[in-house]
Amino acid sequence: MKIKEIIEKLQLKALAGQANLDVDVSGGYTSDLLSDVIANSKEGNLWITLQIHQNTIAVARLKDLAGIIIVNNREPDDDTLKKANKENVPVLCSQEMAFEISGKLYELLKA
Amino acid sequence: MLRLFKADLHIHTCLSPCTELNMSPKGILTAAKKRGIDILGICDHNSSENSLAIIKAAKKMHIHILPGLEVTTEEEVHVLALFDDIDNALKLQEHVYQNLPGKNDEETFGMQVIVNDKEEVLGFNDRLLIGATTIRLDEALRLIHAFEGLAIASHINREAFSIIGQLGFIPDDLELDALEISPSITIEEAKQKFPFNYPITCSSDAHYPDDIGKSYTSFLLQDGTVTEIKKALKNEDGRKLIH
Repeated sequence: MKIKEIIEKLQLKALAGQANLDVDVSGGYTSDLLSDVIANSKEGNLWITLQIHQNTIAVARLKDLAGIIIVNNREPDDDTLKKANKENVPVLCSQEMAFEISGKLYELLKA
Repeated sequence: MLRLFKADLHIHTCLSPCTELNMSPKGILTAAKKRGIDILGICDHNSSENSLAIIKAAKKMHIHILPGLEVTTEEEVHVLALFDDIDNALKLQEHVYQNLPGKNDEETFGMQVIVNDKEEVLGFNDRLLIGATTIRLDEALRLIHAFEGLAIASHINREAFSIIGQLGFIPDDLELDALEISPSITIEEAKQKFPFNYPITCSSDAHYPDDIGKSYTSFLLQDGTVTEIKKALKNEDGRKLIH
């Protein structure tokens, strides 16, 4: 499933990396520890987190993740969004909690 | 005789991937001198490989250089480790390297440049210095003290990579010597917001020369050493932390 379909189905708001929404999503990874994401996420995963600082973009880029979903309606810093646009990493925002958005994404990708 | 020392205990060099080459010994020391800094703590992420170059370059400059590291613990908490003896900094670095997985990706994170005191590039560190070690916070503090170092929790006012951001609160019985705040908050604000039973130090966490000394801590000491600063943090023998 492509990111843009997921955005629609999960009612996410794309804040950056809009040029890269045609990418296929391979799965999801939910974690707030960057070292854990570096160690265990897989290429093409959507990363669900509450972290909003700019190191997240470097990690997404390093691991070739499809994009980042920021939960709890948290607003990333300007630096983060700037970097995301430069690196073409989609940053999507959700009002829901990590538990809910992970569950919904899991159901979507399973289908 | 006791006198006043202006200490910026937390700066990075060109070894940290998030800095530029202008954080060379000369760039750093020129800026520190301009700001009247007496004590400078060299705290690159998970490494102390540029400390010696700055110690050598600072001779004759009347700036006391404290070799150190900014350790990233398993919980992704940043902790400053500062030493009087560079051998102890390098001993801690050895532990850190043994517990630091990953290789740096220069394109993503930046270059990790090792230099000497003559502004020459000696090489590049290829470890993932920006990453986290597998050393737990309490273990990191134990190690720092075992090597006679000073342990300060970095930028506790920031959400990212701070003890409060990562752990929610400061656990009991941690062997911390002080809590550091970054320039984005004043000491008065910090005392109100973080009413903990630890001394608070102010540092620049400089990644650019212009930021060095932007924030600093004043100490009443006999000499610009970790041993003296430890006394000041405990209010011993007339040594003091002055806000």
